[in-house]
Amino acid sequence: MTPTRIATVALVGNPNCGKTALFNALTGGRQKVANYAGVTVERKEGLANLPTGRQLRILDLPGTYSLRARSPDEVITRDAVLGRLAGEPPPDVIICVADATNLGLVLRLALELKTTGLPMVFVLNMIDIAERQGIEIDVEALSRELGAPVTATVATRKKGLEALLELAATQADGSSATPPSGWREPAASEVRVAHRQARDLMRTAVRPPSRPDTLTGRLDSLLLHPVGGVAVLLGLLFLMFQAVFTWAAPAQDLIEAGFAALGVGAEAILPDGWMTGLVVDGLIAGVGSVLVFLPQILILFLFILLLEDSGYMARAAFLMDRIMGGAGLHGRAFIPLLSSFACAVPGIMSTRVIDSRRDRLTTILTAPLMTCSARIPVYTLIISALIPNRTVGGVLSLQGLVMFSLYAAGILAALGVAFLIRKVFWRGGSEPFMMQLPDYKRPEPGNVLRNLGQKAWAFISRAGRIILPLMVLVWALSSWPAPPEGAEGPDIAYSAAGRLGHWLEPIFAPIGFSWEMVVALIPGMAAREVAVAALGAIYAVGGEEGALAGILARQWSLASGLAFLAWYVFAPQCVATLAVVKRETGGWLWPSIMFAYMLGLAYAAAFLVFQASRALGLA
Amino acid sequence: MPNAVPDPERTNPFILGEAHPGDLGVIIKVRTGGDRDPDELTAREIELRLLEFGFVEGARVEVLHEGPIGGDPIAVRVDGIRIALRRAEAMNVILKREAA
Ligand SMILES: Nc1nc2c(ncn2[C@@H]2O[C@H](COP(=O)(O)OP(=O)(O)O)[C@@H](O)[C@H]2O)c(=O)[nH]1
Ligand SMILES: [Mg+2]
Repeated sequence: MTPTRIATVALVGNPNCGKTALFNALTGGRQKVANYAGVTVERKEGLANLPTGRQLRILDLPGTYSLRARSPDEVITRDAVLGRLAGEPPPDVIICVADATNLGLVLRLALELKTTGLPMVFVLNMIDIAERQGIEIDVEALSRELGAPVTATVATRKKGLEALLELAATQADGSSATPPSGWREPAASEVRVAHRQARDLMRTAVRPPSRPDTLTGRLDSLLLHPVGGVAVLLGLLFLMFQAVFTWAAPAQDLIEAGFAALGVGAEAILPDGWMTGLVVDGLIAGVGSVLVFLPQILILFLFILLLEDSGYMARAAFLMDRIMGGAGLHGRAFIPLLSSFACAVPGIMSTRVIDSRRDRLTTILTAPLMTCSARIPVYTLIISALIPNRTVGGVLSLQGLVMFSLYAAGILAALGVAFLIRKVFWRGGSEPFMMQLPDYKRPEPGNVLRNLGQKAWAFISRAGRIILPLMVLVWALSSWPAPPEGAEGPDIAYSAAGRLGHWLEPIFAPIGFSWEMVVALIPGMAAREVAVAALGAIYAVGGEEGALAGILARQWSLASGLAFLAWYVFAPQCVATLAVVKRETGGWLWPSIMFAYMLGLAYAAAFLVFQASRALGLA
Repeated sequence: MPNAVPDPERTNPFILGEAHPGDLGVIIKVRTGGDRDPDELTAREIELRLLEFGFVEGARVEVLHEGPIGGDPIAVRVDGIRIALRRAEAMNVILKREAA
């Protein structure tokens, strides 16, 4: 081994022991740290600097209880440790990360890791909490029995990192060539033996807490209470959606005003002609109409991050398991589905924690039916344009009620589809549901803020990369070709987009879509919220004045507006989602099925809503 | 001290899958899973999973909570670690009762 080669160190441990926090602390890396068992689904690599100037490559791996992998997540951990991943050598050293307050299960894992023959460092993370609880750990005895150096860290406070890196570096130097892996899948009897060994180890080296954590028990007696717990969960969800619509409003007004001022300013500076049209109607109006939803998206993600980081998400999965199970979904599907309210892409990625392929596929297929934040722009626009702003029964806002029913429609459709998949395609027993309920923790503000910053940036750069070019395209298609001399009607009717819209109109006539709506759907296939910007551009080019909502109120019938909303509950209008489904399922089969069934549902729902509304005289 | 009339609710030994919050015991046996659909996890798989989550002979188990619908799943403490699992899986864990 040449001294210049950078040794690779893999972080292995149970879920929620702080591997990701440790990875971030060691590498200064930016990655999601959360508290739901198994949130780390991506392989994360980073470089750590030792005081000596030497570097180590650090690998963050999904949490696991054993190398006998059951979920796609754990397969990655096993294969990374055993060097079975294509193009990746086995790690030089394993850092076995332990939650110092919960040593029982990780000690057995450490014994299993030892059988790989790789050098190991055992790290007692969360030692701050262990000390607070008065847990005493005999590091020397532990080290002797495990046959590996032991050290302690507080990942979130960056304590003990240098000592850990030094031990890892020493272990890396000590190892000669790659050792032959002695690991094979242990039989039940061997697991029992290892448990006995681990328990003996606990007895010799660990003195139980003198001040045990009582907070988790006390909180659970409310939060897991059959009645109280469900009430709190519903209350939290209600608060979350309430916040998305009320707290965000002032910030949204500000952004809206900012873009309006920008448009006025640009109009004053730029020469008259098509340039102004492109910049003002295409770019500024288009991007502004999407960025205005940043506050809502941030609030939604803030809630999800706080729930994950505090340890509550696992409780939500516990409470929801039976309800989800009734529809043929796994309790663990609750987290992916809840994340899908923000965006289906991270939601679908987090399905990797689901062990069974069938349950995972069902969750993936239904996740895009959850009302993601990209639908919020469309919903809010149409609702504010067409639904009267008045109260029902004195308290409930009619607009809020419509919004709520759109969310409810998405959830019910997802449950229905999951149920059908279960009944029609995959009959058979249900999968086991077994998961650790982590101790409650106060979320780390720094961690939450960093993750929130990532989300904000992802959204803004998406607006820049996808939405901006599409807006230019929509603007160009709806501006050219110019109408002939003395033509009647709006200019856009003669443009390429207008012609395409007219051409497709007969297909969409039964569901009440005008050609402008059809035109907006075309770029909206790439990303849902683009439809809003596209509508803005179409009507702006068409010479309509004033706020978009006002224009729609004049141009659309209520029946058409409701049909458009119904369409949007189901329509598979998101390239990113289809791409991630292809990646996660390894082919075009499942994304094609998803596209077809969602499109079918969208058309059927819009048809029913349009025809029913017309029959009720809501034209 | 044996009761004169055995309470059917407090049989000994008992099955974790039939236990309720407050029940306390030491595992005397973790069985291989029952006759599940062959397409699903094999019986051996369930036993291994239980073992990996710490359900092993000699471990102390306390039932803490049960789910809102049909009392399923259950939340238990196994040697100090909180685990949630469905009753179907818990049917494979047999305990000897301990006084609360
Ligand atoms: N008090 C304390 N909290 C920690 C420590 N390390 C991690 N955490 C918290 O524990 C939770 C789980 O950490 P995470 O890194 O996501 O665990 P992973 O699942 O192993 O990757 C997060 O809320 C962290 O902020 C530590 O050393 N001390
Ligand atoms: Mg992690």
